[in-house]
Amino acid sequence: MANVPQPTSAFQVALHAMSLPQAWRKLGPAPVVAAIMLILIVLAVILAPLYVPHNPMSMDSANRLQPSGGDFWIGTDAYGRDLFSRVVTGGQVSLLIGIGAAVTSVILGLLIGLVAGFFRWADGIIMRIMDSLMAIPAILLAIALVSLVGPSVMSVIVAITIPEVPRVVRLVRSVVLSAREEPYIEAALALGSSMPKILWQHLMPNTIAPLIVQGTYICASAILIEAILSFLGAGVSTEIPTWGNIMAEGRDYFRVNPGLIFWPGLMLSLCILSINLLGDTARDVLDPRLKKRES
Amino acid sequence: MKFKSRTFDQAHTVLALRELSVNLAGRPDIAPILDRISLDIRAGETACLVGESGSGKSVTSLAVMGLLPPDALEVTGGGIKLGERDLRAMSSPDLRRLRGRRMAMIFQEPMTALNPVMRVGDQIDEVLRVHTDLSPRDREAKVLDMLEQVQLPDIKRMFRSYPHQLSGGQRQRIMIAMALVLEPELLIADEPTTALDVTTQGQILKLIADLQERHGTAVLFITHDMGVVAEIADTVHVMQHGRIVESAPVEQLLRAPKEAYTTQLLKSVPSLVPRRVREATHTENVLDVRAMTKVYGGGGLIFRSEGTRAANEVSLSVARGRTLGIVGESGSGKSTVARCIMRLVDPTDGEIRVVGTDIARLSRGKLRPHRRHIQIVFQDPFRSLNPRWTVGRSLVEGPLNFGTDRSEAMKHAGDLMELVGLPRDALDRYPHQFSGGQRQRIAIARAVAMQPDVLVADEAVSALDVSIQAQVLELLADIQEKLGVAILFITHDLRVAAQICDDVVVMQHGNVVEYGSAPEVLADPKHDYTRALIAAAPGREWDFANFRPLEQSA
Repeated sequence: MANVPQPTSAFQVALHAMSLPQAWRKLGPAPVVAAIMLILIVLAVILAPLYVPHNPMSMDSANRLQPSGGDFWIGTDAYGRDLFSRVVTGGQVSLLIGIGAAVTSVILGLLIGLVAGFFRWADGIIMRIMDSLMAIPAILLAIALVSLVGPSVMSVIVAITIPEVPRVVRLVRSVVLSAREEPYIEAALALGSSMPKILWQHLMPNTIAPLIVQGTYICASAILIEAILSFLGAGVSTEIPTWGNIMAEGRDYFRVNPGLIFWPGLMLSLCILSINLLGDTARDVLDPRLKKRES
Repeated sequence: MKFKSRTFDQAHTVLALRELSVNLAGRPDIAPILDRISLDIRAGETACLVGESGSGKSVTSLAVMGLLPPDALEVTGGGIKLGERDLRAMSSPDLRRLRGRRMAMIFQEPMTALNPVMRVGDQIDEVLRVHTDLSPRDREAKVLDMLEQVQLPDIKRMFRSYPHQLSGGQRQRIMIAMALVLEPELLIADEPTTALDVTTQGQILKLIADLQERHGTAVLFITHDMGVVAEIADTVHVMQHGRIVESAPVEQLLRAPKEAYTTQLLKSVPSLVPRRVREATHTENVLDVRAMTKVYGGGGLIFRSEGTRAANEVSLSVARGRTLGIVGESGSGKSTVARCIMRLVDPTDGEIRVVGTDIARLSRGKLRPHRRHIQIVFQDPFRSLNPRWTVGRSLVEGPLNFGTDRSEAMKHAGDLMELVGLPRDALDRYPHQFSGGQRQRIAIARAVAMQPDVLVADEAVSALDVSIQAQVLELLADIQEKLGVAILFITHDLRVAAQICDDVVVMQHGNVVEYGSAPEVLADPKHDYTRALIAAAPGREWDFANFRPLEQSA
């Protein structure tokens, strides 16, 4: 067998450099197209302040509800704000909330799940708490939180994270439950390794691959929930452009300018579609059963 | 030893393989999986295909059945004839009609070969429904008749049982009933008794032989166990690297093998005769277990249940440099004893003294300093090493826990690799880059790295091929001699126990039924169960390594 060290963790597998044509050949066109699309969206959103033609917040009563073309590429909204500038800038909050919610729920879920999976005495208590958390509808919780502490990015992230954490905990716990029966865990125990060491060095790496996959789904669903919350008026304050806010405000005027719903909706759909496609690909690539067949 | 010595000159040929080659699909450039295999099986004959893992035994059987995984393996040359039919020329619907009716197969693991959500009677009935026009009443009569033929008790109840309600042996009987219900000309049995206990194995082998005689079936029997071969074979075909290296009638092959590989294979079969007695060099017991009991389940606040006594008042002791074997069938409690002694599970009662300290009741924290005195090697070398860690990292894990400096531990790990016969630079590699036998060596090195006083080997050679098994046993003996470690050797295989143990404990249903020196227990058993166990060992009257019956060598 070749003396090439195998990528040792899912991280390395995930980061294992693969050129685009290579990926196309191995995985088909969908993930490559999705990756390109997502990179374009993220770049467009992050770099928005550098190139947007108008301030997305500045109102101009002379130019209300302009159609597309001319100075305003895709028209203006009911306050005369440039729709293009608002749509690309609006992605900033959406992406921030998506990534923020994914990262916090994965980290919290990982820590709680490791403990629940490895320590029998903790399992029952933790999982019952998780069950009750899962019973809280995300939207209702968010509305309650926002009315308590006021609308902010932070409160939206918290509201999305709380119901997602139990799903991650269940996933991590199931991985740990099956991995802890492996003889190499018992061998580590016999070698006198401490519990934290076994948890962190032996068990945790097993959870990374499924967590990467789960993380992409949480990210996509968080962006969607943010849009829903903004649309319902329970998200961040309405003058800050987010895809949900733009659609919520455009609702009353979309017969005059359909672009008010169409463009933010299109961005939202493309963004979520490409994240989900990448998540699917990650699951296929990181699935241990598929890997075994290869080797 | 009475071998089969029937002649088949009058019988017609049921299966004929001619120069059969199988390759990886689309890879004609690399070495074939099967390389021009030729063999004949005649009506009523049992042909054994023996060889180590990866020799192509199972691929041969799958090729005959037309069940090679498509896109992965393909037949690239040669012919397969079942009677007058050329199987390679047949369409897959025709082949499907042939399977079950003319040829049938039974597998190693009857639990996975049966559908868990269907009653076993219905599963046998399905074969008849697909292949015959019998009325439901006739089919049921036939199924019940078949269940009776495979000697199942209470066949009406069996008919309605689900697979999980049956024991391993009963499941295998159901598989045999299913395979033989249409009286096929050819039965392929792929390691059908490997997953069974030795006493059950004896019954199943006898059953197959009886049914074969009654129906005149040709049997292609795949096994790695030379003992089984000696019991049941008419003809033996020895396979290595996808080739048949030697074919001969069974007695001729066992008495006078022609090929070097066959000789080596036979020489690796451990003898049932206990090795000569070693003088005890130390009297100090490093492991002392007194009246240890482990009860699973039980308790309950309101309804006190009895629980299962997996180990009942087990007492044993091992002196430095000695080897104690625990033998027994599955469910005898031998692994429970090992896991309790390692404190991987907590014993319910009793004492476990390791180098003088009773560890049975110590808390996890207090226990950790004592862990280094006692180490374990597991059965499955593919699961006992962390696949994400380099070998070196696995080897130093223990010493680092006990405060050894990393560079020193690494240097010691290199020495250990040499001790177990692997190159030093293998430390930077990952477990998947090694074979099963090499991984087991690494697992042994990891245990020895702690400089333990007691080494527990839980079925440590059971998953290995015989030639690898012999090497690993030799390694263990070698390490024991060099380091003076005491070994607690848990095995179901009496041959292995006879070769490595000074003393033997025989366990049944959680109880120690016999305990004494290996020659006493194995050559002159006192307890009925021990006698039954020894009587059931296949090929026990033959001394494989010396190519002669056992009486002469005694």
